[in-house]
Amino acid sequence: MKILTGNDLISGDVVWWTGSGWSRHLEHAVDVDGHGEAIAAVEEAARRVNASYVIQGEMTAEGPRPAHIKDRIRAVGPTVRLDLSLKPADPSVGEWVI
Amino acid sequence: MYRYDDYDQAIVDARVEEFRDQTRRRLAGELTEDQFKPLRLMNGLYLQLHAYMLRVAIPYGTLSGRQMRMLAHIARTYDKDYGHFTTRQNLQYNWIKLADAPDILAQLATVEMHAIQTSGNCIRNISSDQYAGAAADEVEDPRPWAELLRQWSTFHPEFIFLPRKFKIAVVACEEDRTAVKLHDIGLQIHRNENGEAGFRVFVGGGMGRTPMIAPVIREFLPKENLISYLEACLRVYNRFGRRDNMYKARIKILVHELGADEYRRQVEEEFLHTQTLGLDAPAEEYARIAAGFAPPTFETDLPNEIDRSDPDFALWLDSQVAAHKAPGYAIVNISLKPIHGIPGDASSAQIDLMAELAETYSFDELRITHAQNVVLPHVKKSDLYAIWQKLDAAGIGTANLDLISDIIACPGLDYCSLANARSIPVAQKIAQRFADFERQRDLGELKIKISGCINACGHHHAGHIGILGVDRKGEENYQLSFGGSGAEDASLARIIGPGFSEDGVVDAVEKAVTVYKSLRSDGERFLDTYRRVGDAPFKEAIYG
Repeated sequence: MKILTGNDLISGDVVWWTGSGWSRHLEHAVDVDGHGEAIAAVEEAARRVNASYVIQGEMTAEGPRPAHIKDRIRAVGPTVRLDLSLKPADPSVGEWVI
Repeated sequence: MYRYDDYDQAIVDARVEEFRDQTRRRLAGELTEDQFKPLRLMNGLYLQLHAYMLRVAIPYGTLSGRQMRMLAHIARTYDKDYGHFTTRQNLQYNWIKLADAPDILAQLATVEMHAIQTSGNCIRNISSDQYAGAAADEVEDPRPWAELLRQWSTFHPEFIFLPRKFKIAVVACEEDRTAVKLHDIGLQIHRNENGEAGFRVFVGGGMGRTPMIAPVIREFLPKENLISYLEACLRVYNRFGRRDNMYKARIKILVHELGADEYRRQVEEEFLHTQTLGLDAPAEEYARIAAGFAPPTFETDLPNEIDRSDPDFALWLDSQVAAHKAPGYAIVNISLKPIHGIPGDASSAQIDLMAELAETYSFDELRITHAQNVVLPHVKKSDLYAIWQKLDAAGIGTANLDLISDIIACPGLDYCSLANARSIPVAQKIAQRFADFERQRDLGELKIKISGCINACGHHHAGHIGILGVDRKGEENYQLSFGGSGAEDASLARIIGPGFSEDGVVDAVEKAVTVYKSLRSDGERFLDTYRRVGDAPFKEAIYG
């Protein structure tokens, strides 16, 4: 699958394209197929996202997973500060990152 | 410490308001990201892996308790309660919101701080010796010259768009704590045969993808000609430095390609001209700046003896405390490298504590080191025990200065959008492997430096053991190199062989250390043994 990601313009938070908007949660990401660049152009012009780009990923039973470690780290947060992740109370957060 | 005059304050305040308007225009859609990006970078605001990152300049690594408290306040109010001290003696916040950035810069300006010259192809924040003004062997305090260069380089119209970024360090000792030969320009104050103080000028050093030790371009430069001579150095670079290939655009490439002699000839020719332009600071202006660095009023007749009856304190004392030029005083090195910690990170509570200790015990002065530690430069020996107790209680009382767990590590792939591999977990695993302090002390000085990409922010080229993280087919891989030094015996580390996984590189470091222990002569550091015996026994142990 192809996933569209970027950073929220105002907060800088990592965000993922959900098909109708942006989410901070990777599990909401959808396959943008060949439409990623077109969506990115519209969304950047509308100032809803910044520095967006399309990445390779795969859909697993647990949800979408970016192919490259860099984007897996972006999805979770620094591997050395999982307390700062979106799920700081979940000890399993990030097990699939490395 | 130097305090802003009205002019300093006015230009920093004006820059804040300019950036506030630029940010407003970006958020209102009047500027595209392509238009805005160079503007935010000129104010230290990057977009990193997880969020915006703000890099705050700490000129020559010196700051007051009030400034340090402001850094803690910003971490607590606008970030996630911590900051990261960098190898450029700066501080980075990792979780800044764009809309907050102008307010943060405004708050920094109230304590005479900013984020100017922390990005872009300009003269960057000037670095210096963390022991300046306290070291017994310095010719003079190098910071007035660093401050003069800060004022000269700030918004210098001719050097705002150089071929590439430009880093200057100033040191005034033979013992080099600034990596002076690994800067674009390194300035070392020394005395000539007549006993006069002047600058030895190194040009064309650096790390990055093409590491080079800078040659001496001028053995002795009279101090009063500093600005006109640096103008000449920069003009030659600005004219002939490559702009067609960013990887060959640093001044080290120009000096290397021209040769030191030809570069020197061109600089001297230009210097004949720049000397006539009235560029050098008037003596009274230098005196005004230098007055800001007047030594504190040290008490006399203080005791030199220290009660070492607490064994843990005695260990810290032996590791973290350096000799001071004033009797009865000492220099305290605060380690930001606890065994399970992140090199260079400090919580806002820890930053506040260090500010409090500076205000109470160190004439209100702190220093940030390029090794990502903090220094209290002027402490009475009689106060050392109280300081250690407070540091220890706050988790920053580790006794590991220059030992194997005092690792320099860049933020790496955990934070940085340029990185190819993570640096911090490798540092943590090595520190944990050698957590036994008795073992660390037995190994002695051993500087490990880790970078997560070829840009070498973690100074891996200058590590006794250097580790470079690379991306090998989507997997993190770590190249190991030995023999580097950023000190007065500067040298570049050499790659020892094929790379390793994260755990593999930790094992390889342990094997190298075992070889060192078996081969070392009395008093030899790891670096000395490696230089004496060469690669072979290390390769044999690691790959054999």
